[in-house]
Amino acid sequence: MDWQFVFSQALTQAIGPTMLVYALGAIGLNLQFGYTGLLNFGQAAFAAMGAYGLALSVVAMGLPFWWGIVIGLLAACVMALLLGIPTLRLRADYLAIVTIAAAEIVRRIARATVWSDTTGGSDGMRGFSEPFFEMIPWDRDTTWSFLFVSMDNGRLAVDFGIFELQYSYRDTWVMIVGWTLVAVILVVMAFLIHSPWGRVLKGIREDEEAVRSLGKNVFAYKMQALVLGGIIGAIAGFVFALSRANVQPDAFTTDFTFYFYVVLILGGAARIFGPVLGAALFWFLYNILAQGLIQAISADVIPPSVIDSTQVGPLVFFLLGLGMVLLLIFRPQGLIGNRKELMFDVR
Amino acid sequence: MRRALLLLSAALAGLSLCLGVSSSAAAQDAYGIHGTLDDQQDQPVEGVSITVSDASGAEIATVTTAADGTWAVPLDAEGDYVVTLDESTLPEGLVVRNCKPQLEVNVTGDRTALFPLDTQVDGCTPGESPGGGETPSSSEDESGEPGEESSESEDAAADDAAADEVGEIEGEGGATRAISLLVSGLHFGLMIALAAVGLSMVFGTTGLTNFAHGDLVTFGGVMALLFNVTFGLPVWIAAIAAVVLGAAFGWAQDWGLWSPLRRRGTGLVSMMIISIGVALLIRFATLFFVGGERQRYTEYVGQPPWDFGWLVISPKEVVTGLIALAVCVAVGLALVFTRLGKATRAVADNPSLAASTGIDVNKVVRLVWTIGGALAAMSGVFLSISDGVKFDMGQHLLLLVFAAVVLGGLGTAFGAFVGAMLIGVFVQMSTLVVAPELKYVGALAVLIIIMLTRPQGILGRRERIG
Amino acid sequence: MSDDVKAGVAAAKAALAGVPAEPGAPKQDAILTATGVRRAFGGLVAVDVAHIEVQRGAITALIGPNGAGKTTFFNLLTGFDRPSRGSWEFDGRRADRMRSYQVARSGMVRTFQLTKALSRMTVLENMLIGADRQRGERLWAAPFRWLWLKEEAQNAARALDLLERFKLADKRDHYAGELSGGQRKLLEMARALMLKPKMIMLDEPMAGVNPALKQSLLEHIKDLREEGMTVLFVEHDMDMVHEIADWVAVMAAGQLITEGTPDQISADQRVIDAYLGAHHDAAQH
Repeated sequence: MDWQFVFSQALTQAIGPTMLVYALGAIGLNLQFGYTGLLNFGQAAFAAMGAYGLALSVVAMGLPFWWGIVIGLLAACVMALLLGIPTLRLRADYLAIVTIAAAEIVRRIARATVWSDTTGGSDGMRGFSEPFFEMIPWDRDTTWSFLFVSMDNGRLAVDFGIFELQYSYRDTWVMIVGWTLVAVILVVMAFLIHSPWGRVLKGIREDEEAVRSLGKNVFAYKMQALVLGGIIGAIAGFVFALSRANVQPDAFTTDFTFYFYVVLILGGAARIFGPVLGAALFWFLYNILAQGLIQAISADVIPPSVIDSTQVGPLVFFLLGLGMVLLLIFRPQGLIGNRKELMFDVR
Repeated sequence: MRRALLLLSAALAGLSLCLGVSSSAAAQDAYGIHGTLDDQQDQPVEGVSITVSDASGAEIATVTTAADGTWAVPLDAEGDYVVTLDESTLPEGLVVRNCKPQLEVNVTGDRTALFPLDTQVDGCTPGESPGGGETPSSSEDESGEPGEESSESEDAAADDAAADEVGEIEGEGGATRAISLLVSGLHFGLMIALAAVGLSMVFGTTGLTNFAHGDLVTFGGVMALLFNVTFGLPVWIAAIAAVVLGAAFGWAQDWGLWSPLRRRGTGLVSMMIISIGVALLIRFATLFFVGGERQRYTEYVGQPPWDFGWLVISPKEVVTGLIALAVCVAVGLALVFTRLGKATRAVADNPSLAASTGIDVNKVVRLVWTIGGALAAMSGVFLSISDGVKFDMGQHLLLLVFAAVVLGGLGTAFGAFVGAMLIGVFVQMSTLVVAPELKYVGALAVLIIIMLTRPQGILGRRERIG
Repeated sequence: MSDDVKAGVAAAKAALAGVPAEPGAPKQDAILTATGVRRAFGGLVAVDVAHIEVQRGAITALIGPNGAGKTTFFNLLTGFDRPSRGSWEFDGRRADRMRSYQVARSGMVRTFQLTKALSRMTVLENMLIGADRQRGERLWAAPFRWLWLKEEAQNAARALDLLERFKLADKRDHYAGELSGGQRKLLEMARALMLKPKMIMLDEPMAGVNPALKQSLLEHIKDLREEGMTVLFVEHDMDMVHEIADWVAVMAAGQLITEGTPDQISADQRVIDAYLGAHHDAAQH
């Protein structure tokens, strides 16, 4: 068993492109759920809006890349408005059911064969990411080395001696852009949350009737949180689509949303850094378990009769699901949450 | 009309395409196309010849399927390829169900190409050439994406059933089809109702929106599979065992999880998210033990239907439908006339008031969970008798169950029943005008519209504020 | 206490002196006038008030047996529920079409029967959220601290003054969820004052408050009148009504059955019947 490899892989993924998608999606949810108490179970649809907005405008309409980004963001805004205007005045679980249904509608429409000439049906779309990767400021044959960081033919490698992180030419670019986005969004979020505006959001989470009785237009604040969180979800969708250079409808299932929640709860809701920490830990755990099990199976540490390699995925997700349930029961505040703050349950 | 027919046939073709998407999780870097040939009972088909050619039509390789039904053609480069199955090499009686023995595949890695085989074609004419631009049933192998792990295949049970039925009566008059769809809608409605009544009662008594309820349905289907296939018992015994285990599972969930959480005063939102975790647990446990393929019971699979001329229906549907109806009526009567039933309604109406009149709220809730678990398991078994067991069958049903519960007014068992029947009929009947693959979309759109216009449901009372 | 106190009471008494003790009696200077307010739930008519006027600067109590529709009427007036029909004016402006937050902004601020302290926020945060029309509560201004820091400091100073007055200053950094029931009532009242209301609507301010705190709560309510605020409150406790109310309106079965000074009301047979009738019903359950 090559533990060094397993560990390196897990660390690589813990800050890699996929983790960034989950971090961004969960940051959006954090604004909606963590701070405002909105139960958006359709974050996958907001990501789909971003991903498909970009793909459709670039591939099907032939628009420039940046137009695709703008259209993706607008699509997320429109969806937030469409879902929010009717439901935000109703009880919290209504938004949950409406968003989960809307997300499923979006996915089924995206995979429908009726429009597969345009959307590619269940196969999805590709061919929209080239302009993004053409922006990479270094060449494919760039080679340099600085301390423990080196670039070899465009690939980034970080060597910590015991373990080594490696990223492909494209992944490196996705990560640079993705982490920049995370940093910018977190800074803006921190300013927003620690302002009177953020205080109103938290008030709404605690008791919206009370906030309403104090002369705040609760509906408008909820809508602002839903739209902003949805836009961040769309950004997650961009990173997701670009990092894989394709969009596929079945990536945007309700499970996608649920894992955003797992990530958020793992890291701690209503904490600025919660989602990032949660996403990193989630992907670290996923990879260390999955890679570890696969290694163990191929090295015959675990006999194939007990578990074969196709069962590793379900098993790991089972364990992560179990982890989430236990976490919610025994440590609902997440990794960096404040226990005291959660002691008074408001609902 | 012409357009509707076109849409319908296109959608039917697409629907059957959805059926065979691989669930292999092994990632490969090399280029290639591979697949596994199974018949309608998931038995591998050997010795079928498959040819892969490039976009210009030049043949690259011809292979025959192995004893386990697998075949693979390695390729040198990305690009568009054409995969052709030689129908003359198929075993006697088998045809490609969607009449598309030729698939166009865009290869960017190792891709799967699947041909759904069956004893009859489904909504298409044999010998038809593959429609231009139609996407083949293929999926890219990926690993490590939770989003995909559970979504390889689509459109659970109901689609299958509808496809079968519509296929059978294709070409006959619109009225006959409407009747068949109405009947299958009523059947589907009863299946939804079994799940919806339980969900609704749990919501009514505890306020919990249980996202794991769909997976209780799967649990029933899987337990019957265990008794039927693994232990070799007849389906009817397996069904009873599954319902009993479903009840036990419901009881145990409340005893071990929900009741302690209520005692701790955990908030409803936290409980809702915990229920999502429970749903994932059940789903992935099922995937782990049962695998990602659709599994069928050993009996009633190819049951010959009764043909009344104006209606074609299989006996199993009649039997399961009648049992479901009887059970729903029994639950309804019990709620109205028995002491415990009255207590249940009292708790749903106002828990603290009910408690003050001497009703043991926890006992009532435990009972509701037990009955809910049993009913959901029954729904799962019945759905599986028609369409087989799949790990995500309950997940796909759940949204329709929500729709039913919301439609009828949250928290009332009778409303849930009416809502379920409406949703079931609506889903099936909507295929008269929309593509079957979009029928869930229609149902979910109705759900949203109902929530917006009449949030108390069609039967519920407007909630009093303050 | 001081002469001020007497001034407030005296003014209220004088204003209500000539008002006849009958339902819907016109007042000298009504801050709130409601006509034909009706709210039905299904077939059940919860509120059906033909006419009511509330005197500015006075403390008016709204009493009645359980289920008389007092809280529903409160919810209607403050925009937390929509009437089946009816209209009312607050301080010269039509208020029946306003949403609840607009009602609060126009100067009619309410509290709740079950206190709604924002549990996972500190006492000071609870107070600051009450301040009206803050620039920093606008999304566009929120990230730019310099735009609202000064305003925030002023609000904080005012909040601390109020907390001082309500004896909560030493709890300023505690979570509101840690406070006792009575302290939460005080916090809710203090928070409502952050809006500088013209009229304050208290829904059962004494419910769940221990006797020690009751007296100080009463004093606080009296102080509000001295500051020129109008108070309308729902209460069961007749002793308390006697002690602080200038005027009493009685509801039963959704209707306003009578009005008058506390002394007139205690002598009114209809009120006694309404209460006794309700008690008889309750005893049979």
